[in-house]
Amino acid sequence: MNLTLYIWRQRDRNARGQMVKYHLSDVSPDMSFLEMLDLLNQKLYESGEEPIAFDHDCREGICGMCSLVINGQPHGPQAATTTCQLHMRKFKDGDTIYIEPFRARAFPVIRDLVVDRSALDRIIQAGGFISAPTGSAVDANSIPVPRDEAETAMDAAECIGCGACVAACKNASAMLFTAAKIGHLKHLPQGQPERRRRVLSMVEQMDAEGFGNCTNYYECEAACPKEISVKFIAEMNRDYLKAALTDPNYGEKKSSSK
Amino acid sequence: MILDGKVPPGPLEDKWTEYRRNMKLVSPANKRKYRIIVVGSGLAGASAAATLGQLGYNVDCFCFQDSPRRAHSIAAQGGINAAKNYQNDGDSVYRLFYDTIKGGDFRAREANVYRLAEISTAIIDQCVALGVPFAREYGGLLANRSFGGAQVSRTFYARGQTGQQLLLGAYSALQRQIAAGQVKMHTRTEMLDLVVVNGQARGIITRNLVTGEIKRHAAAAVILATGGYGTVFYLSTNAAGCNVTAAYRAYKRGALFANPCFTQIHPTCIPVHGEHQSKLTLMSESLRNDGRVWVPKKPGDTRHPNDIPEDERDYYLERKYPSYGNLSPRDIASRAAKEVCDEGRGVGQLGRGVYLDFRDAIKRLGRETIAARYGNLFEMYNRITDEDPYEVPMRIYPASHYTMGGLWVDYSLMSNVPGLFVLGEANFSDHGANRLGASALMQGLADGFFIISDTLGNYLATTKPDPVGTDHAAFDEAETEVRDRLQKLLNVRGKRSPDSFHRALGSIMWEYCGMARNAQGLKKALSEIPAIREEFWRDVRVPGTGEEFNIALEKAGRVADYLEFAELLCHDALTREESCGGHFREEYQDEEGEALRDDENFAHVAAWEYQGVGKTPVLHKEPLVFENVELTKRSYK
Ligand SMILES: Cc1cc2nc3c(=O)[nH]c(=O)nc-3n(C[C@H](O)[C@H](O)[C@H](O)COP(=O)(O)OP(=O)(O)OC[C@H]3O[C@@H](n4cnc5c(N)ncnc54)[C@H](O)[C@@H]3O)c2cc1C
Ligand code: FES
Repeated sequence: MNLTLYIWRQRDRNARGQMVKYHLSDVSPDMSFLEMLDLLNQKLYESGEEPIAFDHDCREGICGMCSLVINGQPHGPQAATTTCQLHMRKFKDGDTIYIEPFRARAFPVIRDLVVDRSALDRIIQAGGFISAPTGSAVDANSIPVPRDEAETAMDAAECIGCGACVAACKNASAMLFTAAKIGHLKHLPQGQPERRRRVLSMVEQMDAEGFGNCTNYYECEAACPKEISVKFIAEMNRDYLKAALTDPNYGEKKSSSK
Repeated sequence: MILDGKVPPGPLEDKWTEYRRNMKLVSPANKRKYRIIVVGSGLAGASAAATLGQLGYNVDCFCFQDSPRRAHSIAAQGGINAAKNYQNDGDSVYRLFYDTIKGGDFRAREANVYRLAEISTAIIDQCVALGVPFAREYGGLLANRSFGGAQVSRTFYARGQTGQQLLLGAYSALQRQIAAGQVKMHTRTEMLDLVVVNGQARGIITRNLVTGEIKRHAAAAVILATGGYGTVFYLSTNAAGCNVTAAYRAYKRGALFANPCFTQIHPTCIPVHGEHQSKLTLMSESLRNDGRVWVPKKPGDTRHPNDIPEDERDYYLERKYPSYGNLSPRDIASRAAKEVCDEGRGVGQLGRGVYLDFRDAIKRLGRETIAARYGNLFEMYNRITDEDPYEVPMRIYPASHYTMGGLWVDYSLMSNVPGLFVLGEANFSDHGANRLGASALMQGLADGFFIISDTLGNYLATTKPDPVGTDHAAFDEAETEVRDRLQKLLNVRGKRSPDSFHRALGSIMWEYCGMARNAQGLKKALSEIPAIREEFWRDVRVPGTGEEFNIALEKAGRVADYLEFAELLCHDALTREESCGGHFREEYQDEEGEALRDDENFAHVAAWEYQGVGKTPVLHKEPLVFENVELTKRSYK
């Protein structure tokens, strides 16, 4: 296959970036999208240019490291598929492909297609855990979990934290990411004691990081490579309301933190 | 030097209790005074950093990815073992211990393996408490599956993403400690050297991968949990970023490297399809619970698999190993696949593949049950190959997957360099010459959650290390070396990409040091590796500077280390004149092609001491003494 590629190049966080045009031939349909970029980088090395920086690691759709907006879609055109699992057979000979980084105020560009997603870690730090110190656990089978609940928790827990939901949202909202973690823990008995505190502080952190609000476009669900359902956002909103209404200090805390 | 593993005396079942009874403790007030470095945020590193932070130590944790949650542990699919005996099928701590020792072909230290089996049950408890959503039965209790090399069902799992869920559990505990200020996380930061002060590991030198800043970090002790070196073969099931750099730099600073030739080739991976391939994808071993492995009886049979009648198929694993069948251990299943392909009976375009067929399982259990068990794996297979495993048998072939070898550690997981501890896949300790499925996750979490907190405390309480500043001469020296090396890489200004050298090295390693090895091939590899290394330092191209985000520089540094390390690996393989586990030397096999172990001469750990680039390392042996198991020929027939 022969391709025309327009790729975002940007030296560092503060530099101005631009789309640069490349031609690439000898692309096999069996290559993954990242192998196609490897091939382009190989050619750039040979011609003495600097390779294009992009994030990747596992290359099997689970680590959440790869990103890219491909022809306007985070992770490209194939549903439920990360960029690293997308294969060139989904494109045609002669295609033009536009490749850009995940864009959001909370995701500054580091270089070319690489962005800083550490804001997502900070949302987890705000409460995306169960406080169970090492050594304090009871026998695993002493807390039965109804199978359906465990499955629902797992549906949410499958989130790989890639940030495609943010990149897909016109408000750059991180609601789906945040709701997935909250949903995972709230469907387990172990997650109950911290349930109220968790939703309040994670949502607060999400706002503090500069992620936008959810206005129900649901582009996030469509872009999510793990097909996390927006029903978790609805669940989170309900939990948030309930927690905020029953937390006597909440209004105060929120205004003092702003 | 004869190495001493410092195994506590007494009966096997009491050793860990005995160790804990006698160990010294650090008071809470003193814990606060100690800074501990943890390199790595996989299962081993994240669980260690979280646990040590919780105890009150000041922890600095490092990883090269943009988030600790992306460590390679995230990719583990199949499950984690534990001797819970929830299925009441005859499992016990002793049985898990025995299966692991036997699975490792009697090349691991008994006491370590027993401790691992003993701790396994607490790991599951801890993970459930952290909210890991393991698979459950309708009654709400935990479900289990069986895995290769075992006749009991002791594997806990979370769909096909067990590693992901376990790592997210450990990561969440780590995030809690970061929020509490007990752990400082350094992401996109690579350790480039170990600093040894007066014979003790007291710090590291790192490079910030975003800004290029080189930094010194001092600590009371250094813990490496940096994973394995499976990407020495270039193509492997490991993540692209996996590398040997941290462990290799420690080796160059005096830590011994043990059994580097014990590498595991996993039998069920999607076969190679083209020259630009960057990665081989694992199809979880759990598939062998229901899938049947076969090839056509006739060589060169090009018929569509569904057109080959039952009596013209060779279910070779069931035929050769009737009692374990498709669940034979990995090394055995891998070699058997190579054998049938060498006979010309391999399938797929390149003739390097065998079928893994679900037809009978779908008939027996229904499509829905199979989809529930393996749905996401089937999808992944379909995405990569464009074939539908519900209709056509999968094609699989062995690929580099895991490395049993690693830095040598004693019973307390400390290397021969005092103050340097090594956890998880980066150490050599528990899996001998072959690892059983679902045991690496168990080991990573045992090391990080439950062992290091005790053994590190004992070390600190015994040695009471004085504070050391980053202005010590040893830091100057290490930093200068790191800077010089980076500059040297930038100065070559050759024509070839770092990746092209990695690929070239990988094909030599796979050819001569892969699934089957012999003296002649290994000698050839040992003459070719230095040649590639010289070529690398003459012709590698690293554009840009050291003071910026530079993917070429990152990669070149890792490849440069592999180009030295590969020689060590081949040298170990050449010296071990026996076949055991993942190390199969063609000269040492019986008439039926089964491995011939040599317990008289090789029942030892081979731990190598660095002597200089290209120089033959010095061998130190730790004799393996088996007081509780009989060294039998490993038979799965
Ligand atoms: C595809 C696949 C499936 C698997 N499935 C299973 C399974 O089902 N069951 C099972 O038991 N095992 C399985 N394994 C094996 C298991 O996943 C690994 O052995 C285990 O997760 C390793 O954990 P670790 O913590 O030792 O290292 P890793 O998870 O590899 O973590 C290494 C860490 O070190 C960091 N690091 C490395 N070098 C440096 C450096 N120089 N500077 C800074 N940081 C550094 C990395 O950033 C990372 O955080 C599987 C492996 C693969 C490849
Ligand atoms: S590289 Fe890991 S999800 Fe794509």
